[in-house]
Amino acid sequence: MKHVDEYRDGNLARGIARRIAVEARTERSYRFMEFCGGHTHAISRYGVEDLLPANIRMIHGPGCPVCVLPMGRVDDAIALAKRPEVTLCVYGDLMRVPGSNGSSLLKAKAAGADIRMVYSTLDAIKIAENEPARQLVFFAIGFETTTPPTAMAVRLAQKKRLTNFSIFCNHVLTPSAIQKILQAGDPDAVEIDGFIGPAHVSTIIGTTPYQRFATEFHKPVVVAGFEPLDVAQAILMLVRQVNEGRAEIENQYIRAVSAEGNRKAQAEIADIFELRESFEWRGLGEIPRSALRLREPYAQFDAERRFAIVTRPARDNPACECGAILRGSKRPQQCKLFGGACTPETPMGACMVSSEGSCAAYWAYGRFRDRETASRKAVVS
Amino acid sequence: MNKSEPLGRKLDLRSGRVDLSHGSGGRAMARLVADVFHKAFDNEFLRAGNDQSVFDIGGGRMVMTTDGYVVSPLFFPGGDIGDLAVNGTINDIAMAGAKPLYMSASFILEEGFPLADLARIAQSMGDASRAANVPIITGDTKVVEHGKADGVFISTACVGVVPPGLYLSGDQARPGDVILLSGSIGDHGVAVMSKRENLSFETQVLSDTAALHDLVAVMVEAAGASIRLMRDPTRGGLAATLNEIAHQSRVGIRIDEASILVRPQVAAACELLGLDPLFVANEGKLVVFVAPEAADKLLAAMRAHPLGGDAARIGAVIEDDHCFVQMTTAFGGGRIVDWLSGEQLPRIC
Amino acid sequence: MIELLPDEMARVSLDGVVMNASVALVEDVAIGDYVVLHVGFALAKIAEDEALRTLALLREAALLGAGA
Repeated sequence: MKHVDEYRDGNLARGIARRIAVEARTERSYRFMEFCGGHTHAISRYGVEDLLPANIRMIHGPGCPVCVLPMGRVDDAIALAKRPEVTLCVYGDLMRVPGSNGSSLLKAKAAGADIRMVYSTLDAIKIAENEPARQLVFFAIGFETTTPPTAMAVRLAQKKRLTNFSIFCNHVLTPSAIQKILQAGDPDAVEIDGFIGPAHVSTIIGTTPYQRFATEFHKPVVVAGFEPLDVAQAILMLVRQVNEGRAEIENQYIRAVSAEGNRKAQAEIADIFELRESFEWRGLGEIPRSALRLREPYAQFDAERRFAIVTRPARDNPACECGAILRGSKRPQQCKLFGGACTPETPMGACMVSSEGSCAAYWAYGRFRDRETASRKAVVS
Repeated sequence: MNKSEPLGRKLDLRSGRVDLSHGSGGRAMARLVADVFHKAFDNEFLRAGNDQSVFDIGGGRMVMTTDGYVVSPLFFPGGDIGDLAVNGTINDIAMAGAKPLYMSASFILEEGFPLADLARIAQSMGDASRAANVPIITGDTKVVEHGKADGVFISTACVGVVPPGLYLSGDQARPGDVILLSGSIGDHGVAVMSKRENLSFETQVLSDTAALHDLVAVMVEAAGASIRLMRDPTRGGLAATLNEIAHQSRVGIRIDEASILVRPQVAAACELLGLDPLFVANEGKLVVFVAPEAADKLLAAMRAHPLGGDAARIGAVIEDDHCFVQMTTAFGGGRIVDWLSGEQLPRIC
Repeated sequence: MIELLPDEMARVSLDGVVMNASVALVEDVAIGDYVVLHVGFALAKIAEDEALRTLALLREAALLGAGA
């Protein structure tokens, strides 16, 4: 078994789709949010929504770390990269995220800044070792999946006694974001009937952190693997919970996720990072205790301290609906900029830049669907 | 200086490097051109020793193309910038249904570039040119300072002749036309990427670089009158090519993911890096749009040729004002296949 | 997992494509194990028995669906 193809089997998919159609009660509609960007991408890339009956609607959540990164932090990264002594290492998705005034890391690189794309934090450490004259800064973003790799890099830097390595930390927490969505009080917000819990994040944090959404907010959460069949099965499980009036935490991704998660990774994170009192999220505003920074013993590896970074909040384009889209209260096609000023070539907001962003996913995979299904599907609002 | 060595001492091809004198037009450049390029490309045209070459054109319409090659790294599994340059240029001519006749090659060399590498590239080009029976009959050499070129840039041009009655063009696709693909996709891009420093992974995937004019000749013979157009999906992959054609012909396209062949290692590499094979470059494949009544015959002819053994029907042309390329996924859902935006960057989550 | 390397690294393979990855975040990995890989790090082992259970559930649901 390779643990990949089996979960993309078209025949099994059709079977599950029929099962979902049978069990979904026709007199009501179901609105499920998939939190994780990887799930948004899988749903779009494999066309999972086509297999669902018209009364089930998937709402794309803000689990895309590139999408929720506030513009002010992107500006900080660009400013860092412009320092002649700095080599900024980034994950690929970040290159085209718009900063203020139409800037981006890609444009800064074209103008001569030393910005290098890396696949892993380990590559960044290697560069720091090989180029001692350069100040290596790693632009760290991501939810709990990507935080342990950053933690390990800090460990390695400590072990190797590197004096030219630091991280610009923008790691954020999943449960905080889910809570914000549930509390939002957004007049346009859609009532969400249940969540598909993130795949990789859950391998790290386990399923226990989601318990309070079931007990306090009475929302079911099904943690799903990120292959399309996993998502389909999770949707079936959510439909059943809703039908039976249950609100429980269920785990579909049992092959990789346990209730307590990856203890070793959690211990590393707890040792190296601490919670910020508050952090600004693009589209969700300020959320308390939702993001991480390096603890005092690791201050030497904190780029914010080393380079005295003071973040200035930056305004998004007033017509950009990324915020509402991230909260699930608007769809990409409802944004005035979508398809006109904002395209994958000329992204105005982060939802269009990252391949896991709702707008990019809709542009790349789904634009044809609305034409065909406008008459079929009732508008679920 | 030896009377029998008018061009001065022989080049040290093992450990010597290109320097600025090799581009200055003097004896050193003449030595370089003779020892590296003429030796590898050798033909009667080059032996005449002029800055241009003269040849007869038979009757018929001429085809001409030009190309630039800046691939990095220069050497990759399955090929190098040299045979890429020869095959790629020949393919541009072949896509018009034409027979490629003669090629030119001009080199921009970076000061400090190892002569051993240059000789190896020239040898690849000579070999590819001979295999394809398309001689390189004229060229040029320039040298720029260290740092101004990535080792070597190669610019090519090629001329050919189109048989009478053949009008292949990107705007010729019509609803109902069948789309055939000559083989697996993603091989070249993955092979090149596997050698990029910042993405170190090992794989046995080889670039599929190949000259397609012979396959094309067989295809034209089998179904020439029914072929609307051919194109090789290079940069931007199959997705770019299909979108270009959809827009040029003002039609829609529907393809079936399950029918598109991706080798397991290519699929695995794309999986690991978060890439979609539809956007990855190919250098030895073509798509052909053909009238439906001739599709089976054309497919059989392609499959009988060594470069078309895995040829398959992947879709068809439909009416569509939006010119979307729609795909039925192997999972059973639908999606559109758009152009790639920017450079394909490995995903993170 | 096809080979364990020093410094908590390993060689991993998918269908013949081989990469180096860190196993610092997982415990007790052995050659032949499958892992979830993310940005160069193994995050979790894939439990074969649980994987089989998931597939069985999927097939069961699909069959029920086919009969409906």
